[in-house]
Amino acid sequence: MEQFRNLFDYSLAYLTRQAGLRRKVIDDTIAAISTPIGEGGIGIVRLSGPEAFPIVGRLFTGKLVPRRLAYGHIVDPANGETVDEVLATWMPTPHTYTREDVVEINCHGGPLPLQRILELVLSEGARLAHPGEFTLRAFLHGRIDLAQAEAVLDMIRSKTDASRRLALNGLQGRLSGQVKGLRQSLLNCLAYLTARIDFPDDEVEEREILPSLEAAHEEVARLIDSARAGIIYRQGVRVALVGRPNVGKSNLLNALLKRERAIVSPLPGTTRDTLEEAIDLSGVPFVLIDTAGIGVTADPLQPVAAERSRQALEQADLVLMVIDLSQPLTPEDRDIWQMVRGKQCLIAANKCDLPARAELGATLSQRSEDSVSEGLSKDGAAWPKLTVSALTGQGLPELESAMVSHVLGGRVSASDELLVSNPRHQQALARARQCLGRALSGVKDGLPDDFITMDLTDALNALGEITGETASEDLLDTIFSQFCVGK
Amino acid sequence: MRYDVIVIGAGHAGCETALASARLGARTLLLTMNLDNVALMPCNPSIGGPAKGHAVREIDALGGEMARNIDRTFIQIKMLNTGKGPAVQALRAQADKKLYSLAMKHTLERQPGLDLKQALVEEIRRDESELWVKTHLGQTYQARCLVITTGTSLNGRVIVGDRAYAAGRSGELPALGLSQSLKNMGFTLGRLKTGTPPRIDARSIDFSKTIVHPGSDVPLYFSQGPSLLPVLHASNPLYPPGPDTSWRPQLPCYQVHTNPQTHEIIRQNLDRAPLFNGLIQGIGPRSCPSIEDKIVKFAGKTSHPLFLEPEGWETNEVYVQGANTSLPEDVQLALLRTIPALERVEMMRVGYAIEYDYVPPSQTSSSLESKLVPGLFFAGQINGTTGYEEAAGQGLIAGINAARKALGKPPLILRRDQAYIGVMIDDLVTRELTEPYRLLTSRAEFRLLLRQDNADLRLTPIGHELGLVGKERLEAVEAKRQVTLDGLARLQKVCVNPDKDTVALIARYGMAPLESNMTAAEFLRRQGVTYDALAAMGIAPDGYSPEVREQVEIEAKYAGYIARQRAAVERVRRLEERRIPDDFDYDSVGGLRYEAQQKLNRFHPATVGQACRVEGVTPADISLLLVHLERRRRTG
Repeated sequence: MEQFRNLFDYSLAYLTRQAGLRRKVIDDTIAAISTPIGEGGIGIVRLSGPEAFPIVGRLFTGKLVPRRLAYGHIVDPANGETVDEVLATWMPTPHTYTREDVVEINCHGGPLPLQRILELVLSEGARLAHPGEFTLRAFLHGRIDLAQAEAVLDMIRSKTDASRRLALNGLQGRLSGQVKGLRQSLLNCLAYLTARIDFPDDEVEEREILPSLEAAHEEVARLIDSARAGIIYRQGVRVALVGRPNVGKSNLLNALLKRERAIVSPLPGTTRDTLEEAIDLSGVPFVLIDTAGIGVTADPLQPVAAERSRQALEQADLVLMVIDLSQPLTPEDRDIWQMVRGKQCLIAANKCDLPARAELGATLSQRSEDSVSEGLSKDGAAWPKLTVSALTGQGLPELESAMVSHVLGGRVSASDELLVSNPRHQQALARARQCLGRALSGVKDGLPDDFITMDLTDALNALGEITGETASEDLLDTIFSQFCVGK
Repeated sequence: MRYDVIVIGAGHAGCETALASARLGARTLLLTMNLDNVALMPCNPSIGGPAKGHAVREIDALGGEMARNIDRTFIQIKMLNTGKGPAVQALRAQADKKLYSLAMKHTLERQPGLDLKQALVEEIRRDESELWVKTHLGQTYQARCLVITTGTSLNGRVIVGDRAYAAGRSGELPALGLSQSLKNMGFTLGRLKTGTPPRIDARSIDFSKTIVHPGSDVPLYFSQGPSLLPVLHASNPLYPPGPDTSWRPQLPCYQVHTNPQTHEIIRQNLDRAPLFNGLIQGIGPRSCPSIEDKIVKFAGKTSHPLFLEPEGWETNEVYVQGANTSLPEDVQLALLRTIPALERVEMMRVGYAIEYDYVPPSQTSSSLESKLVPGLFFAGQINGTTGYEEAAGQGLIAGINAARKALGKPPLILRRDQAYIGVMIDDLVTRELTEPYRLLTSRAEFRLLLRQDNADLRLTPIGHELGLVGKERLEAVEAKRQVTLDGLARLQKVCVNPDKDTVALIARYGMAPLESNMTAAEFLRRQGVTYDALAAMGIAPDGYSPEVREQVEIEAKYAGYIARQRAAVERVRRLEERRIPDDFDYDSVGGLRYEAQQKLNRFHPATVGQACRVEGVTPADISLLLVHLERRRRTG
């Protein structure tokens, strides 16, 4: 499990030893979206740190005056394109929340402008804030008192847990797989150059590293493009649809997507793999994850599928537990309920177009505990139960608005982490591309080998932030395993 | 007898320790079990190389002795890695081992305030305020501070083939009582291994079948201070002198190669190799593999280079660099004789492996004082390192800090952005050792700032402030710094225009044509442009010394890279300076993961910066730590 370090870790991991502590909690400038996701009128991107003012200055057309709202536009310096019409406030140190220079950009609240603006401030040199980092800084700079320290600790702890879950997603994602391959090839180049530097007497066979560097550079550029297009990483509130076989999870997914996506059949266990689809409900991005039914069927592939479902469940921010209203509740339903315990949950009682045989109608509407749904509650408070029909569409609007209010009502943590993976990865990839670009032109310009190793090390550090791997020991391992050096 | 500082062991660490301590005004006793083996080089006859050579220059700038001693006694010197970048260029010298040892002994003998005595230490112990040393003859000495620099002697065991015997080094006694004393004091000991190749007789080498590697044909020295007279000797007529280097007599090294036949002999005898048959338990350094290890790990490689290095001006003994082995004597001889130049070779000393106890440095703080016993310091191989230069660097720091403690002053701790010595000690006290630790340029993340050419600029002021470097030398270094800064400022101001004359000059020097106006500094940044060319073209002043020209060229040419590393240093400075109290209880930090808690409790890092480098500690852990430190600060 060592590789599944939390997001905190691997956003920063490597530089701790090899390149210093660059990405740890220090006095650089941090930025994050500080409002929940959703089309809630306005959204705020907040920056804190010594560079907050100059960074925004490079993007903002208006004039920042201390503690006054300034009107203007955020413009992408790369192409001059206007991203959003915004109001920005500059609050100079020390009379701010963090006691550092703080700039807040109020923009339109949709996820897209928010994210674009965040990306821009990151590319101008800010670093994505860790969960709780604004508060942490406020404490460390003496802004909040001792009594609040406990709250800070709790926040770091709980947010770290949330981050760990997201990290898991990232690690299992295709991005990290591709980055790992890339890292290995760069590590080989670095090991080659370093072996020749640290062991100058040894006869290390000549290698041509330029083709590897060019390939890596292209690959990083490709990853950046695809990450931008959302192909690799889908973001949003992860909603897992779970339930025993044939309660109509795939039908419900399709109904929510309003198009045929999952293969639907009346046979139990048709969905063996998990399917993921992104939808946007009232401006809140969701990723719907259809899972194979969890339960006992004769299918030999079922255990594998069930394991995948469990994984999807594990990674979900919100669980949509689907039950079949037309059938009596079974022990399997209750087993599944046990599995989703501790998760944020909505219960969708499907097939309300058929005669209700689950004897749930009354109890559901009353939200009371009874003999049948006794397990379907947590800490005395029942999760919202909604009757729907995937077939007729009945109850779907209510389900959708329940999902949205669940998020915006704060029950699902819709804080910046939900958006971070992508910008964080993009930021790391962008830095890797920059370093590789330098390494490439260095090789072409005949710069001494050592400078190429510095650029490669920086590129590896950047990629290591995505995979959570550290390069210093990796480097020595690679050198000593690939080259017969030393005496 | 009562001293301020006692040093046990007069190897490369112990000599620096004793000299630094005495020079700082502490009454110092240096004990060695054999006065004829002071500053002995029991393994290779060379000093320097990438990162190691850097450390030697740092020792010099701080007022240590190794650089001056090797400068006086080398029989060859060269600059390695020229063309690979200024940060990784490094000096390496071949020493006359006997002269090196003698010259160091004489320096020790002439040092006021330092007593040099031969004695085997059997026991150490501590009472309330002092440390006691008892010798094998029952004599006791006591001191405020004690520095142990015993190298591989602690419970040493030499292994050759199926033979193993207790020894400190080949032919020397092991220190058995000391290991026990340390255990009694509560220290945990670990076990490491290293090895050395056979020495062969120059008369039995056919030098006509070798490749010659001569020394530098331009003057080079480790010490950046005033030059010293070399100690020279008549050379051995049996060892071919190689090409004449007029600035100073030198001896070359000669290269040969192993071949499939060599490898076959090793393979056939692997069952007799202690490294593979279980006789050796300790872990050896990967950077120093034995020949049998190389053959096994790189089975596909049909040839390995070996370097024949003279051990002195007059001796017949030749060191076979690259053939470090613990195979039985008959196998060692047989494998050497498969090499054409060595067909009739005779061995004078047999290669061997040695296992020894070390004190895992999680028990040591950055000042090299042990955490467990105040006043007790460790330096050199006892801390798990390998190499003379690593030992000397630690010895110097331990000597400085032991003397300063005895005199009631705070310790000197070098940062990772100040010196390779700082990188090394920081690595030692924050990381698990999995093999003997060797300095490598790749361990220094800020290596562009830690060049061998600027060791004097980096560290002479510190050496002077400590009291180890005289005023004259400091003034010379500060003058160099000032002239360099002036030179750089001038390059910023002077403009290079693509006028007729300049274009013609640029073409004459074979440099890329100039398209537009630029400053001389920008012009120097271009490929193939050197300071000397600028000076010759009349663009830059001609009057600077070669050292200043070098500084100006490097600082201007690689300004972008240097600025990036400086910025990286600045980014972490606050964390590096944030101290963690010695009595900080990590168990009180709620929410700290178990792994982090354990590691931090074990290493007890001195600063938040160090805590970050402890393996398995995550940024979340650091955040929690910061909050608790702040809370503690506020509540007092």
